[in-house]
Order: sequence, then structure tokens, then C-alpha cells
Amino acid sequence: MTSIVSLTPVGRLRVTERRVLLSEWTKLRSLRSTLWSLFAAIVLGIGLPCLFAAVTSSHWGSMAPHERADRHPLDIALAGVNVAQLAIGVLGVLVISGEYGTGMIRATMTAVPKRLPVLWAKGAVFAAVTFLLMLPTVLIAFFASQAIVGHIAALKISLSGPGVLRAVIGGALYLTVLGVICLGLGAIVRNTAGGIALFAGIFFVIPPLMNILPSSWNNAVSPYLPDAAGRDAFSLTTGAHDLGHWAGFGLFCGYAALAVAIAAVLLVRRDT
Amino acid sequence: MIEASGLTKDYGEKRAVDGLSFTVRPGIVTGFLGPNGSGKSTTMRLALGLDRPTAGTITVNGKRYAEHEAPLHEAGALLEASSVHTGRSGYNHLLALAQTHGIPRRRVDELIELVGLKDVARKRVGQFSLGMGQRLGIAAALLGDPQTLLLDEPVNGLDPEGVHWIRTLLRGLAAEGRTVFVSSHLMSEMSVTADHLIVIGRGRLIADLPIDDFVRRASKKLVRVRTPQAARLRALLTGPDVVITGEGDALEVSGLKAEAIGEAAAAHSIVLHELAPQQASLEEAFMELTREDVEFHAGVPELEEAVA
Repeated sequence: MTSIVSLTPVGRLRVTERRVLLSEWTKLRSLRSTLWSLFAAIVLGIGLPCLFAAVTSSHWGSMAPHERADRHPLDIALAGVNVAQLAIGVLGVLVISGEYGTGMIRATMTAVPKRLPVLWAKGAVFAAVTFLLMLPTVLIAFFASQAIVGHIAALKISLSGPGVLRAVIGGALYLTVLGVICLGLGAIVRNTAGGIALFAGIFFVIPPLMNILPSSWNNAVSPYLPDAAGRDAFSLTTGAHDLGHWAGFGLFCGYAALAVAIAAVLLVRRDT
Repeated sequence: MIEASGLTKDYGEKRAVDGLSFTVRPGIVTGFLGPNGSGKSTTMRLALGLDRPTAGTITVNGKRYAEHEAPLHEAGALLEASSVHTGRSGYNHLLALAQTHGIPRRRVDELIELVGLKDVARKRVGQFSLGMGQRLGIAAALLGDPQTLLLDEPVNGLDPEGVHWIRTLLRGLAAEGRTVFVSSHLMSEMSVTADHLIVIGRGRLIADLPIDDFVRRASKKLVRVRTPQAARLRALLTGPDVVITGEGDALEVSGLKAEAIGEAAAAHSIVLHELAPQQASLEEAFMELTREDVEFHAGVPELEEAVA
């Protein structure tokens, strides 16, 4: 049997944030759930706009004028964001809840017992990967859907048109920050099912419930909800009650910061 | 070196570790023994900073574990509970841990070879057998060339060859001057690996002594006697601490030395076929020591009384 003294010496070891980042990158890329979720986000992010574009293009001749007026090419191009968010959100939760579910968190926190560097690294790696994949996704979705509907003058837009580039990049930014929020939620509840339920509750259940409120309340509250605030980043126009593109996105980032901050406090305080 | 001082941990109402103080010294294998639920795993988690003590301290190589700048170089740990993502390959699991400290990739490969996982290292851990999982855990523990090792039930799930391998490894690591702290609920396992024992029950320290002393101190002296005149001999052997058990022609006597029994038999012309002092087994010694501190008793109380 070889002895452990004959192995490659470890050299001078030290935990650094850069090294934890590299470790988290290895973890992210070495799980099938990551690859499948990201693959789904890309396919849905591009495929759905193409599908909508094809349907709109083929029905355009038979559509009533008011129906035509409701169609906006950017809504078609960014339709995939609405579905991709499901994949990104679930993956955001899984990035951390998967470690709690399997017990991996004990190995992670034994290697980095100061704990916080792990949370920062997970957030940074996941945000970077999401943005770097979702930006090309929304750009491709934009050009592909335009290639399909662009022959209709009313549906032809250019990336250099007012607010168009901002909205397309905003779609990728929205998905990125949403992923970070979900990572925070996963770290807070430390449980996959709970994290996904919380994500779905905040983004899909609460917003439609607001319509039950008196409209003055609804108008006062709804624009500040995470979902609505984040959508300002990729909407072409903002309604009378909305916050404005960057103000809304700023608030959305604020929600992400809050989720991560709560996760950080709990991570340091709680037993693993 | 691991030093605990007044270490206490409560989970809600339940006190898992209760004022533990001990020192685990380098250069020897120290066994950490206690029945299931006695607080061994909790103590290990507290040492690694995974859980925070309610009171008291536990340090590894002179500092709280989390304060070290290269924790994996100070302590390598194998925890009893699973600490690996089942969806990741063994190789990537070790690589991700190594990368936090800048441990060379070559060392990861070498450790995989050392623990005998070369053929399966690229498979997902979910497909590993229990023994393969233990070997992966050992590799993870050795990644940082640690000065101190904390291993919670390392032989669990290993085949005899694996058990032998762990024993040799642990003794080798101790011989290199490292601190080796190994928990087990099996006394027999400790007797072949450990030089020193720390015994706990219900979170409290019961004994902290060299293994030889442990056996001597905890074992009840029994003398086994075989005679065709058992009933007569039984009546002769009296005294304040004398307890006689057994049936037929075989008796087990405690509270009297073999010499005294032999002389009593000779004085009354009783034929002895056997007169043999018995050393209680390690397992018996351990059970004797922790009997009051076992968290979960099996079976019916009356039955246990009868057996005892």
C-alpha cells in the first residue's frame, strides 16, 4: 500500500475567495441537474418565441385590426423569458438546497468553515453563468423571431430602435437576478421543495391575487412586487403605475440583495 | 491535537453533549467510544465548526477550527452522515473540495488510487456501494495532508479487507505523528486500533484512559469452576460480594479469587475439573461501563434484569 506521505505534497494551502469561486464552478458544471436546467432555459428561451412568431405570422392575414394592434414583436421575442425563468429559478434553489438535501453542505462547510465565501461564490458563479447563457439566448430569440415575422411591416423592429436593446438585455438581466433571488430563497429554507414553493408563490401566485384587491390598493402595491419590478427591465413601455425600467430593475436587485443578506445571516448563525 | 473544555451542546430541550473536557494527543490513535446517541457525532461536528457549542470550547491544533486559514490542512474529517452530493462523480467531489484550498489536481488522482476507487471515480456517487462511499470519504479527509483526523465510524459498511485497510492506515497516520481521533460504538474495533480511549455516555465523559487500563478497570473478575459437586461447592462459597451463576456442573463465581475457591474445595475434598480465572471481554467491559448511560435500551426491562 502506498503511504500518504509519498503523495504529491499539498504546498502552502490557504482558502481564498478566488479558490472558492473555482470550486463552486466545478460543482455547478459537474451536476446533470445544472446542465438539464440550463439546456431547458436555452431551448425554451429560443424555441417559444420562434413558435409564437410562426403562429402570429401564419394567422396575421386573418387577425382583426385590434388584435393586430395588441401584438408587439418584442413581446414575441421575449416570450421565452417567461418560461426560462422557471428553469432558472428552480436551478437557483437547487444550487444550494441540493447540498442540504444530500449532506454535501457538511463537506463544503468543513472545507470553508467561515461559510460566507461559499454563499458569495455560489451567487457569483450562478449569476455569471446565467447571464452569459441567457444574453445570447434572448439575442438569438430576438433575431430568430424577427426573421419569422419581420416580413410584416407592423411587426418589424430593429435592435437599434428606442428601448429595444435595453429590453433585450433587460430580459437576460431579469433572469440573472431572479436566479440570485431563488438561490437566496434556497439558502434560507435549505430545502428544495420549500424553496421552489416559495419561488412559485412569490412569482406566480401572489401577482394574480393582487387583482382581488381594490384597484387603488392594487395599483399602489403591485408595481413594488418582485415580479412586476423585475419585468420593468424588459418591458418596452411602462404603464402609469409602473416604476420605470431601471427603477423597477433596481428594486428587483434590492430584493435579491435582501434575500442573499437574510441567507448570509442565517448561514453564519445556524448549525449546519 | 484536539482539546475540549466544558463542551456542551443543547438541541432544543435535549442536551446532546454535557460538559465534556478531554485532550486528544498526536502520535497515537484515540478511540472515541460510546453507545448510539451518546454524543459522538455531535462532538465531531462541534470540533469542525459545523455546529456551535451552547457552552464551552473545542479547539483543533490550538485554535477554533474555523479560525484556521487552511482548515483542510489542519483537520481531515469523515462524518458518519452522508456528506457528498450523490449526483456528482467521486472525482469531481474531491476536485471541488481540493480547489477551495489550492490542493494540486495530481494529489486528487493519487488519493483516488490510494483508496482504491480508480475504476469508479468517474461514476456518480449515487451508484457507489456503502464501502466505496466510505473510501471516498477517507480520500476527502486526506486531501489537505491534515495534522489531525476525525473519523466517525470509519469501518461502517466496509468489507473485511476494507476494515483491515482502515486499521493499517490509521496506525500509519498516527505513527507519522498525526492526531487520529476515531469514533465507534464497537469496542472490539477499538481494541485493535486504539491506544487510548475516551468513553462517553449520554453526552458525559465516562472514562479517559489508555486502553489497557480501561479493560483492567472495567472488567469484573470472574472465575469459572467446573465440578461434579456443584451444589456442595455453591454452599461453601460465601462472602459479602460473592455472586455465583451458572447451572449444572459449571459455575461462574465473582467476588472470590481462584486461590480461595481452590482452597475451599480442597478443604472439603471437592473434586474440581476446572478452575479458570476469566477476563471479561472488552465488549462486556464496555457494556458494564456504559450500562447506565445507554440512550436506547432494547427489549423488556424485566428480561434485562433477569439476564443481568
